[in-house]
Amino acid sequence: MSTDTATDQATSLLRFATAGSVDDGKSTLVGRLLHDSKSVLADQLEAVERASLGRGQDAPDLALLTDGLRAEREQGITIDVAHRYFATPRRRFVLADTPGHVQYTRNMVTGASTAELAVVLVDARNGVVEQTRRHAAVAALLRVPHVVLAVNKMDLVGYAESAFAAIAGEFGAYAASLGVPEVTAIPISALAGDNVVTPSAHMDWYGGPTVLEHLETVPVGSDPTDEPARFPVQYVIRPRTAAYPDYRGYAGQVASGVLRVGEPVTVLPSGRTSTIAAIDGLAGPVDVAWAPQSVTLRLADDLDVSRGDLIAPTGTAPGTTRDVEATVCHVADRPLRVGDRVLLKHTTRTVKALVKAVPSRLALDDLTQHPDPGELAANDIGRIVLRTAEPLALDAYADSRRTGSFLLIDPADGTTLTAGMAGTAFAARTPVAAADDGWDF
Amino acid sequence: MTTDSPYALTHLDALESEAVHVFREVAGEFERPVLLFSGGKDSIVMLHLALKAFAPAAVPFGLLHVDTGHNFPEVLAYRDRTVAELGLRLHVASVQDFIDRGELRERPDGTRNPLQTVPLLDAIGRHRFDAVFGGGRRDEEKARAKERVFSLRDEFGGWDPRRQRPELWQLYNGRHSPGEHVRVFPLSNWTELDVWQYIAREKIELPSIYYAHEREVFARDGMWLAPGDWGGPRDGERVERRLVRYRTVGDMSCTGAVDSGAATIHAVIAEIAASRLTERGATRADDKLSEAAMEDRKREGYF
Repeated sequence: MSTDTATDQATSLLRFATAGSVDDGKSTLVGRLLHDSKSVLADQLEAVERASLGRGQDAPDLALLTDGLRAEREQGITIDVAHRYFATPRRRFVLADTPGHVQYTRNMVTGASTAELAVVLVDARNGVVEQTRRHAAVAALLRVPHVVLAVNKMDLVGYAESAFAAIAGEFGAYAASLGVPEVTAIPISALAGDNVVTPSAHMDWYGGPTVLEHLETVPVGSDPTDEPARFPVQYVIRPRTAAYPDYRGYAGQVASGVLRVGEPVTVLPSGRTSTIAAIDGLAGPVDVAWAPQSVTLRLADDLDVSRGDLIAPTGTAPGTTRDVEATVCHVADRPLRVGDRVLLKHTTRTVKALVKAVPSRLALDDLTQHPDPGELAANDIGRIVLRTAEPLALDAYADSRRTGSFLLIDPADGTTLTAGMAGTAFAARTPVAAADDGWDF
Repeated sequence: MTTDSPYALTHLDALESEAVHVFREVAGEFERPVLLFSGGKDSIVMLHLALKAFAPAAVPFGLLHVDTGHNFPEVLAYRDRTVAELGLRLHVASVQDFIDRGELRERPDGTRNPLQTVPLLDAIGRHRFDAVFGGGRRDEEKARAKERVFSLRDEFGGWDPRRQRPELWQLYNGRHSPGEHVRVFPLSNWTELDVWQYIAREKIELPSIYYAHEREVFARDGMWLAPGDWGGPRDGERVERRLVRYRTVGDMSCTGAVDSGAATIHAVIAEIAASRLTERGATRADDKLSEAAMEDRKREGYF
């Protein structure tokens, strides 16, 4: 981190996730990214050195930087998602560092849910293994826009191009079969530092970017002009003061797309229409607002609009439904069963829902369907069918991660049960053939 | 070179939008939120974001200050001026009151930081606060790195890191049972440098002790502490005048000053960007106690 970061305000923010086990060298890779970008400070390094010595290790164990809980340090494993922050003069990074064990699938799903890029690590000696396929499947399910395959420990295979090419080819074909739109494969040695921050001197045959170069230049965010606008109302602002006697503003974060003053809009689920009279941004009035800006909309007409409603351009407003089909990841320890009565939280709206069917469970190593599992247990991925008590303005997750996602919540104690992705993606009995490109399945 | 779309936000705009979203979620879903306000920079930035989130209406919740009794006078003055100017409601939970009533005992080392948990939980219970905004950031400390934006606390205020709710997308689950409450951290994804850059961009006023000034200090545990009624200096600890500033503001007994000539916001930002120590490592004696000091305090209900 240089002082350029301090003065240059125009850096963007990239949220990314890493998946892999300790054996793949994930902690070493994360440690090197933090260390080589000078984000590990002297007192943190000292604490790690002290703790490593206390455990009888001679070199500082960089995994101790990320394993924040006593139980994690005691067991030498990562249990929970850890968030890490670092910056270069070009970009600020938020890293969700997720454990790779199968019993922690929910953590990987959590980390991937907000990530714009996922780094999947493989050991060059072992190639694509079952765990690699699971990580690719989670990235595909959660629709992480960019996937990086980091082929690690290249030093242990003699920096051989053939070893790298075989793994990159196998992974690329598998990822394409899942519908992942883009994979960037990079040969690295996290331990030796090859191609992590600085280009490797041992792999002249590789002409691509280092991991950090790629993280710094991959496009952040999708182009909001490509998407229909969605504005879930969070809160109604009514000052009722002498200065603002009649002000009525709908506060929220633009979930997708672009909104403009003067645009005709529909409020869902009521279906009433109006036009955008004004947009108040966080620094004052604006003519246009886009995702993910937090703004306040004022409408030309006095409608009954409250938290949980969705404002969308009249021409591209979504339909409403009480029947929801979705691919889900079950995150609670208690299972999810047909007949369960739950709460469904979608954007800013929470409604009652009934689990009507659990038609299949997905094998996470290839996303094939296993019909009629009876229930979904913790860390299971499956298909479910719900009926809600009130209509939802729901998009397919394939069209919008923000307005196509929902949580199921236990109404008795508030436990988060299930993470849901609306739509029929992954509804096929077998994986989609590799010839099908893109995300439409 | 950048390949970002013309609609990409700067990192400060992205962080600001995310924090405002969190404030509005809480205001929309909770009955009795409160914002922890110490007069430190993180709580000042939180308040600034809350003002923006609900403008032109007033902030729909009050402030809570857990007062250790060992305050920097400049910070208390700042607190009272801010509350008066903005017409806010301030609750004060006083560690001194608990000591006077015999419900808390002074520690041998004189620090009152760990004593704040009891008055904090008492105030939360007495006022039936159901959401408590804290200025904690995940970059501060490794136990905090595992914290959620919405962090459920049981009826004893306790934090169980193994029973945290997975937090997906921007869908925050604030459901809780009577007696439980939720700690909410709008600045979760901010770093110390982001906070300072935002203070500069928004021209936010801070208590003067954040900038370089001459002060009488003495050395203890590798930090510069300010003398005061709290019990410093002890015999053998020599007081001297130095040019210092504070990177964090907390209880006087355990918050150290750093040698600094940074008298302006831009000098402070340049200093932080070049610093080789974390702000807690440089200035907080209580975090040096053990590898799990923060995790232990958080489990008991600390901020």
